[in-house]
Amino acid sequence: MRPVHVRGEVLSRKRVGAYHQITLIAPGVADSARPGQFVALAVGGATSGLLLRRAFAIYGATPAGVYGGTVQIVVAVRGGGTAWLASLDQGDPVDVVGPLGSPFRLPARPVSAVLVGGGYGSAGLFGLAQMLRGRSCRVDMVLGAASADRLFGELEAKRTAVSLEVTTDDGGAGRRGVVTDVLPEVIERAGAGVVYACGPMPMLRACGDVAASYDIPCQVAVEESMACGIGVCMTCVLPVVGDDRVTRMVRSCVDGPVFAADRVRWDDVGTVPADALGATPARAPVAGAS
Amino acid sequence: MRAVDFLTAPDVDMGAALAGRRFPNPVFTASGCAASGRELAQFFDVAELGGVVTKSVMLRPRAGRPTPRMAETPSGMLNSIGLQGPGIDAFCSHDLPWLVEQGARAVVSIAGSSVQDYAELAGRLAEQPGVAMVEVNISCPNVEDRGQVFGCDPGAASAVIRAVRAEAARGVPVFAKLSPDVTDIVAVARACVDAGAHGLSMINTLLGVVIDTDTLRPTLAGTTGGLSGPAIRPVAVRCVWQVHAAMPDVPILGMGGIATGLDALQFVLAGASAVSVGTAVFADPGAPVRVLAQLREALAERGFPRFSDAIGRAHRPPDPMPVGNENVDVTAEEAAEHDDAVR
Repeated sequence: MRPVHVRGEVLSRKRVGAYHQITLIAPGVADSARPGQFVALAVGGATSGLLLRRAFAIYGATPAGVYGGTVQIVVAVRGGGTAWLASLDQGDPVDVVGPLGSPFRLPARPVSAVLVGGGYGSAGLFGLAQMLRGRSCRVDMVLGAASADRLFGELEAKRTAVSLEVTTDDGGAGRRGVVTDVLPEVIERAGAGVVYACGPMPMLRACGDVAASYDIPCQVAVEESMACGIGVCMTCVLPVVGDDRVTRMVRSCVDGPVFAADRVRWDDVGTVPADALGATPARAPVAGAS
Repeated sequence: MRAVDFLTAPDVDMGAALAGRRFPNPVFTASGCAASGRELAQFFDVAELGGVVTKSVMLRPRAGRPTPRMAETPSGMLNSIGLQGPGIDAFCSHDLPWLVEQGARAVVSIAGSSVQDYAELAGRLAEQPGVAMVEVNISCPNVEDRGQVFGCDPGAASAVIRAVRAEAARGVPVFAKLSPDVTDIVAVARACVDAGAHGLSMINTLLGVVIDTDTLRPTLAGTTGGLSGPAIRPVAVRCVWQVHAAMPDVPILGMGGIATGLDALQFVLAGASAVSVGTAVFADPGAPVRVLAQLREALAERGFPRFSDAIGRAHRPPDPMPVGNENVDVTAEEAAEHDDAVR
């Protein structure tokens, strides 16, 4: 599970709706990649002023073959770094570190699973769907997005899952609404024993709430902004309750990105809860520092 | 076929010394950019470096500041971590033994909220085997008492250093890590040295703010953050230059935006006896070993048989130029005068 740092190159890039699907030749990355893990890419080229890596869930991973190992990612253009990635052509070099992060946990015995993807967050679910099916789990999927062009992987989901429900905020595809509008009926229809979700934070929280109301576990892959992706910078922390019931500010890059939804203190994301380990109590001015 | 010995690039003696403590080479990690080395060990052998400078350890576990804690800036970043860490107990039972086991030289950074905290931390470390050096972080900008950072006041800085020296183990160098956010860094440096610091680490981050123009609010939850990365390199080189000029015998661990061997060489030529590679690790996990290899090569190319020969070299007048170089119109005297003005 040790990550590698390789100079890869673009094998292909294509537009998919509002996104760019990029296949990278990155030897060694795919070998140990597990669903839920991510890669961190340097952006901007050698002379760029953009220092920090951009993290992307692994959409597909092919360990061997003609190209000595490829990984696929899905990029939404949000700023200069992602715009640079979206401008790459076949053969362009890309510096890749991966696979990183903790993967989704798989059920020990066959169980029906519902996979929920928001926007391009669904990219991280297809490897999981395959692996679950390989373990004789029933897989149903729910994909949601703001609009039809922001859905990702509808066709593949149709091929992979027993059933697919689609929702869009504007009703441009599937049902008008959000994924949690349809999640309860999918859980019931599938007799689901577990929910996996990947997408924006409010959606992850809502999926966790629905799963909890059915008393089934929900694993979520969070998306926090990261600087390093390898666990040294401490920027991507969020409050998570441990097995010992103690809340810690944990790193989403190495302790996550996959967490049990009921362990994440959703209300407190973006804060340091007062009862978190090492939270600084409000205190008087520091003695000796004057 | 007969064997032929081909000429190879001359080897450079990369041995470094900081206040009498010898290190195999002058490239270290930077505090707060390498945790305690474990994560980076996935990418290279941490014993290959001169030393691993740990994230600042405090007396008790600390959760740090809320998120967002990071904002990318041109050739740099702001961070607002707030010294999140496990505390000295966990550090001594978990992190330090691991570093020693790897054969790494552990440079332990300590941070406190009071003079007493620092003294206690130094005392705890004095009981531990395997501490190669102590770096006293008196300059973290991400603490509640903003503007009251010890390192911004020569009196407070010297109180901390004196307390640390009183508790620290003999033979373990104590370095004070300085903030560039001061009017006269030489004055703070001198106060630390007078209080017993064996050397100086410089620089810590510069205080900055980024405003999110969509939310119309500061990007960082803690409003202010520390600026690091290549954007601050000239500021850092200037600080090293000024302090080395004022106190040429005081060893300096130089840092601030080092991403390549040539960046490191600038610090060395300005007067640093060793360097730390910090933010570059976020972009390239293997940056410290790469910088070491590049520095070695850069020294060889410039004809330095020993790394130590390059320390402070930029303060010396230029060598006489070869005949026929018409681009040179500055005499050694003029250059020296200019140096004095900069000092």
